[in-house]
Amino acid sequence: MTKELFIQGNEACARGAIEAGCRFFGGYPITPSTEIAEYLSIALPKVSGSFIQMEDEISAIGSVIGASWSGIKSMTATSGPGFSLMQENIGFAIMSETPLVIVNVQRGSPSTGQPTMAGQGDMMQARWGSHGDYETIAISPSSVQEFFDFTILGFNLAEKYRVPVVILADEVIGHMREKVHLQDNIETLKRIKPKEDLKDFLPFKNVENGTNPMPSFGDGYNIHVTGLTHNERGYPITTSPKDHSTLVKRLVNKILKNRENIVSTNFKYCDDADIVLIGYGSPIRSIMEAVKIGRENGIKIGYLKINTPWPFPEDEVAKIAKNVDDLIVVEMNLGQMVHEVERVAKNDTNVHLFSEIGGTLPKPTDILNKVKKLL
Amino acid sequence: MAEKNKQDFITDEEKNPYIKYFRKDRLPTIFCSGCGIGITINSFLKGLESADIDFNNLSLVSGIGCSSRVPGYLNCDSLHTTHGRAMSFATGLKIGNPDLNVVVFTGDGDASAIGGNHLIHAARRNINLTVICINNNIYGMTGGQVSPTSPEGTLATTAPYGSIDTPFNLIDLVTAAGASFVGRWTTAHPLQLSKTIKNGLLNNGFSFIEVVSQCPTYYGRKNKLKTPVSMIKMFKENSINKRRADTLSEEELLGKIVVGEFVNKKRGELSKKIDDLSYIKSGRNTIRKSAYIF
Repeated sequence: MTKELFIQGNEACARGAIEAGCRFFGGYPITPSTEIAEYLSIALPKVSGSFIQMEDEISAIGSVIGASWSGIKSMTATSGPGFSLMQENIGFAIMSETPLVIVNVQRGSPSTGQPTMAGQGDMMQARWGSHGDYETIAISPSSVQEFFDFTILGFNLAEKYRVPVVILADEVIGHMREKVHLQDNIETLKRIKPKEDLKDFLPFKNVENGTNPMPSFGDGYNIHVTGLTHNERGYPITTSPKDHSTLVKRLVNKILKNRENIVSTNFKYCDDADIVLIGYGSPIRSIMEAVKIGRENGIKIGYLKINTPWPFPEDEVAKIAKNVDDLIVVEMNLGQMVHEVERVAKNDTNVHLFSEIGGTLPKPTDILNKVKKLL
Repeated sequence: MAEKNKQDFITDEEKNPYIKYFRKDRLPTIFCSGCGIGITINSFLKGLESADIDFNNLSLVSGIGCSSRVPGYLNCDSLHTTHGRAMSFATGLKIGNPDLNVVVFTGDGDASAIGGNHLIHAARRNINLTVICINNNIYGMTGGQVSPTSPEGTLATTAPYGSIDTPFNLIDLVTAAGASFVGRWTTAHPLQLSKTIKNGLLNNGFSFIEVVSQCPTYYGRKNKLKTPVSMIKMFKENSINKRRADTLSEEELLGKIVVGEFVNKKRGELSKKIDDLSYIKSGRNTIRKSAYIF
């Protein structure tokens, strides 16, 4: 059984969050993400959840981290300026291994930029925005359906790896309306309580797969959670090179070693293509149209759609790079993910950038013109 | 000799009746000898016992600074967060599970400089947190810089010619912001402090307790109060009870530390309001620990 709705992207995200088990939202109004907060302020009390509008984005994510440790799946939603303010506490969430979801509906930037226009300028901020060494998970939807589905996926990945997951949407996806199919049997991942006795449990153990079960505050484990470098018990231990290296490498490896389980891509016509377009988020829509027109006109062209910009799908890109003459990365910024594509593909093929900033989607015909110049 | 042997057999519990609340495997603490935080912890634990708070249901939250290291030494759930942001983490924790007793340990810099905005908004919301603000008028952790509560003229590493800044009165600040319980004592008043902490813990709303405390290492050394004793003596001599202070002029109160309980009023509490809204809209209170259910 599925239900069909014709709704806005931001509403689809909020509905997906409720389906995923989110019962706490802490946020601060910002265009073009505000509808997510507005929808959840109505919906959360109806499902015995909590909504709070905080005093800024710093405290918004602070409240989300606190709520997550109380045993509630929690989220916030924002756009570029708010995402910048959240960076410090994103680092805390990574260091303290706190599952949560941050939705960033990207707009024109830098600074306050273009509040009502689309952009993809926060791709590298999502990867490197907080200080220090870390790996992260970011997911980019390219349709209203995907904004719903990927929000659920985001919550599941956050719980599975105990990390903050960023949904990197953009204004086009946030504000457009499309048909969405709501499945009845949505798979959600429940949080797992530790099995060990209270006194034997090490909350930050250096386990093989990197991720430990997570107790809540009030469960009796008397855990200490800190942003300082800590030992397996959670106690600060800030001057031991070995302990620091063990901890940070575990946090990084729990993403890197599970890359193949996290990465998601789709591709079409890549087998016989001379040129492959690469994109993520709303420009994928223009890419698909460009490929369709191109194929109709006998141009051997395909596309790779990146659903998870982080961790970067390097194997998938590298594989395609070996068989094509050119790769064109289409982005609504002056070139961010193109550097990642170059990193893995430049020895095998030519990497080009199709860049469009200003807030409107790239036109399929403009993309196609760039393709034709390379033929 | 016999005396010395007897000393050796004194148990930790006999030395300090509150040692049972500590993470013994983390002792000794990082606090300098003579620091006022030890007195504050003892007063806190005494207040906790007399308020009959279940230690197992206690969650401590803190930011960054010397005072924010307190939760790490007490054997309950503790969240040591980012600088100034403890109030926001505590807000999410309390809303997520209103059954928890949430206490925030903070300092003058953490609460009123970098965290000033979060402090006033938590007070405005009257969320049921007990905030213990250990005010030593200086940044101790980073080595003695001027803070927003340093009195004018204070010598600090970043005020080498004496502070020319106007300090905050934290009591006035949180009272104006709407805190439903407000108190202040110094480390020269450990018993009064524990009673006020008890009253703060029992208040169903935002409780703010300022503890004027000594930092002999940085504040004292820079400001001709080199020993802990001289600092505590100064607190004792300059403290004046609120009731008496109310009869004195602003000029007469110059340089005095007004102590006592300033606010104790009933006002709607936020986590209860959120729980009530959930009840109205869904027929039940907010679901506790739902991440393990769905």
